[in-house]
Amino acid sequence: MTDTMTTANANAMGRPLRRKEDARLLHGQTNWTDNIQLPGTLHMAILRSPMAHAKIARLDVTPALSRPHVVAAFGAAELGDLNGSIPCVWPVTDDIQMPAFPALAVDKVRHVGDVVAVVLASDKYAAADALDAIEVDYEPLPAVIDMEAAMKHGSVAVHAAADGSHGSNVCYEFPLKPTGDGSFEAAVAAAGDDAVVVKRRFINQRIIAGFMEPRAVVASPMGMSNEMTIWSATQIPHVLRVLLSLVTGLPENGLRVVAPDVGGGFGGKLQLYREEVLAVQIARKLGRPVKWVETRSEDMVASHHGRDQIQDIQLAATKDGKLIGMKVDLIANMGAYLQIITPGIPLLGMFMYPAIYKMPAYEFNCVGVFTNTTPTDAIRGAGRPEATFAIERIIDEMAAELGMDPMKLREMNWIKHEEFPYTTVAGLTYDTGNYEAAIAKALEAFGYDALRAEQEQRRASGDPVQLGLGISTFTEMCGLAPSRTLGALKYVAGGWEHCTIRALPTGKIELITGTSPHGQGHETAWSQIASSILGVPVDDIEVVHGDTGRAPYGMDTYGSRSLAVGGQAIKKAAERLIEKARVIAAHQLECSGDDLEFIQGEFRVKGDPAKAQPLAAVAFEAFSAHNLPDGVEPTLQAEATVDPDDFSYPHGTHLCAAEVDTETGKVTLRSYVAIDDVGIQVNPLIVEGQVHGGLACGIGQALYEGVEYDKDGNILTASLADYLIPSAADLPSFITGQTVTPSTTNPLGTKGVGEAGAIASTPAVINAIVDALRPMGVTDVKMPATPENVWRAIQTAKGGAE
Amino acid sequence: MTHVPISVTVDGAVYDAEVEPRRLLVHFLREDIGRVGTVVGCDTSNCGACTVLLDGQSVKSCSVLAVQADGRTVLTVQGLAEGEHKWHPVQEAFKECHGLQCGYCTPGMVMATVDLLNENPSPSESEIREGLEGNLCRCTGYHNIVKSVQYASELMGGSK
Ligand code: FES
Ligand code: FES
Repeated sequence: MTDTMTTANANAMGRPLRRKEDARLLHGQTNWTDNIQLPGTLHMAILRSPMAHAKIARLDVTPALSRPHVVAAFGAAELGDLNGSIPCVWPVTDDIQMPAFPALAVDKVRHVGDVVAVVLASDKYAAADALDAIEVDYEPLPAVIDMEAAMKHGSVAVHAAADGSHGSNVCYEFPLKPTGDGSFEAAVAAAGDDAVVVKRRFINQRIIAGFMEPRAVVASPMGMSNEMTIWSATQIPHVLRVLLSLVTGLPENGLRVVAPDVGGGFGGKLQLYREEVLAVQIARKLGRPVKWVETRSEDMVASHHGRDQIQDIQLAATKDGKLIGMKVDLIANMGAYLQIITPGIPLLGMFMYPAIYKMPAYEFNCVGVFTNTTPTDAIRGAGRPEATFAIERIIDEMAAELGMDPMKLREMNWIKHEEFPYTTVAGLTYDTGNYEAAIAKALEAFGYDALRAEQEQRRASGDPVQLGLGISTFTEMCGLAPSRTLGALKYVAGGWEHCTIRALPTGKIELITGTSPHGQGHETAWSQIASSILGVPVDDIEVVHGDTGRAPYGMDTYGSRSLAVGGQAIKKAAERLIEKARVIAAHQLECSGDDLEFIQGEFRVKGDPAKAQPLAAVAFEAFSAHNLPDGVEPTLQAEATVDPDDFSYPHGTHLCAAEVDTETGKVTLRSYVAIDDVGIQVNPLIVEGQVHGGLACGIGQALYEGVEYDKDGNILTASLADYLIPSAADLPSFITGQTVTPSTTNPLGTKGVGEAGAIASTPAVINAIVDALRPMGVTDVKMPATPENVWRAIQTAKGGAE
Repeated sequence: MTHVPISVTVDGAVYDAEVEPRRLLVHFLREDIGRVGTVVGCDTSNCGACTVLLDGQSVKSCSVLAVQADGRTVLTVQGLAEGEHKWHPVQEAFKECHGLQCGYCTPGMVMATVDLLNENPSPSESEIREGLEGNLCRCTGYHNIVKSVQYASELMGGSK
């Protein structure tokens, strides 16, 4: 059963190797940020606002100082100039409102969980105890939680205007409005009586990332000059280093940021958090290591949230089912402040609403709105799950309107495999894809026809438990590159990735990557890629990552980019290494480089395989440098930084069968089939695992999860007892499978897989529930589709009192 | 705060210490004696990341006080594999079936599985799912965790 592959020569690509990471992780030999205990450490505890909106009339931290073990306490006044502003690196429009976001709140708090003051103590329990002693007088202000209320003229303003006058809660308006023939109205008008327009409002509710390792940071000043080492449970050590330097003014070359073992991220650790800034600034001020580990209750109010969009969607088609246009009007909740890429999240979705379908007209408008809630930002899929939800839901609604089978309507409109590359109405060029193949495979695995027959039967017999079939034929974009495209979208950073490969004198390989895994198995998968090129056993390759001291260049891990972009850098660096080695080997074998072939980890003289030089021997020669050809520098290493040509576009078909108890509203997932096309796979075991995890996240949003606020902005889901991350008992086993259409935008043919499951699954589940209940007149169900929400949808459809 | 002397056997070694009465067992393990393999994922006893065996029974070590462990025996994921056998079958099964990704839930998941299989050597899929309900994982969707438990059961001579 086990395929551990320690022998050289076999091709490691595409094999389900068991992970190198696991021995350590399974024996508790781990290095979480919370494990770090440095001498003299001060533990930071944080006083957070219990109110959604209030003036801080008085703040006195001094009483905390007389508590045992307390060394320091800070409010904004005490921190002074060190209280920097947390940056947003994606100002999506020229006139976007970007309010100040101080690490410690100044004068006002703007959401429950906003940071008011901190205490530093030599004992963790003592630091938490001393928060009680801090004296704060709040003057409560009315809070605005509802996005539409916040947009109204004269609403309570979360932030004052730049000139100090009453502000607007509109952060930005982003119109993508083609005029003339491309406009939605024109397309509908042109179709005249033949046009059918379906309009729906979908609420894509607020969720949390739910990484199991709470956030944590340790900042350790080195005593001399401005050097500082920062360990953080982050997805983005490289980006964090740049941003921490910009925010604190500490020279970047004195900062070393380490992401040690990181326990999941899902976008939630793609961030520069104020707690990280506070740890660094206070460590700098006090000259001692500062450590902060959040409690889960803090995580629920202070780690960024995601989704939270109101989607007004219009889809137009001719009566026989040809799509003629789509119009998207979004309201996106920013929360109280802009975090790293808060405003850009809905725009990542902008490209994906037309999904796999051909249509001549498309319009997209988005209004970003401030409210007195926790800031939002990327969570697994970031904008694309919302877009996919909207299109896959409304296509079902259109099918119902037209009286067509929902799969048939999709088939009439999707891009046929022979039409690739295809430029969509949203302006993306999909390089490759084969929707027909994925759909055929999914239908077969699902037993679609038999399930439809059973559905008919249950409908006919009036079974209280109805069966629904949900379809999601999705695509997504990942890789987030090239850099110039990101620049055109006003995103500040680039989208490249780096790899350095060193052949060490002992024959071992050090592969230094700029990606920063937190569960994705890069150590195994990157070794497989390098092994397949260098012919070195997987176990002889050490992957170095997540430490700006050891892996200085990188753009980190998010947006399913690590393989799609980072994989290319590995390939290029490995090939360059072989080219350098070839020159040395030719010298050793006294032939020309052209006479050598590199096979199974050694250079062989063509036609005389007995004359060969293994890579390890070349590496030793490069190290000893006793006999190198003229002009060749010692050491055997190569590096590559790759900026891809384009995004890559995974796609697939997800089918969900749900049983819905029409009397109680309880939904039971009966079967779930996911056929994904993520291009060439490096390790199918890891691919499957990524899909499973994504499914759990997307199904979680459909059925269980949702951040709830009351009208005053109190968060009602402030612990894992109230916010339901699905457990094993809440989910079924999944049927997964693949089709493989190699991507042509990168030389490995890979796409990305980290987000696919989360993107595809939410609409599949909701479509299944609505399908079960459609004969009762139900056309939508509020997420999460709890028994209560499903029951209410049924009652509303019946016209009965709730 | 007054400290109380305790003596706890953890993964085969005896630790004598003085702790505050309110100190949680998981903090004692992690911070006082350096057994950092066991981790904390929540503050409401919901996640199960901190699961250890106390006198052979699984407990969430965030909801047990260190003083309650006085005179008792704690087994963590770090002490699970004994002597020559560096891999407990449950650990082996989780690796084989890719039952972990980031590994943060893993110490708790492994210990909960050991307990589950002690009680029920051949659990059905739904018994596994119910049995692990108190252990949250955000990475794996549980699919491969269920397979891991089934395979561990097989390795330990339970099912089939
Ligand atoms: S830490 Fe979550 S249950 Fe113990
Ligand atoms: S493996 Fe990451 S939480 Fe379970």
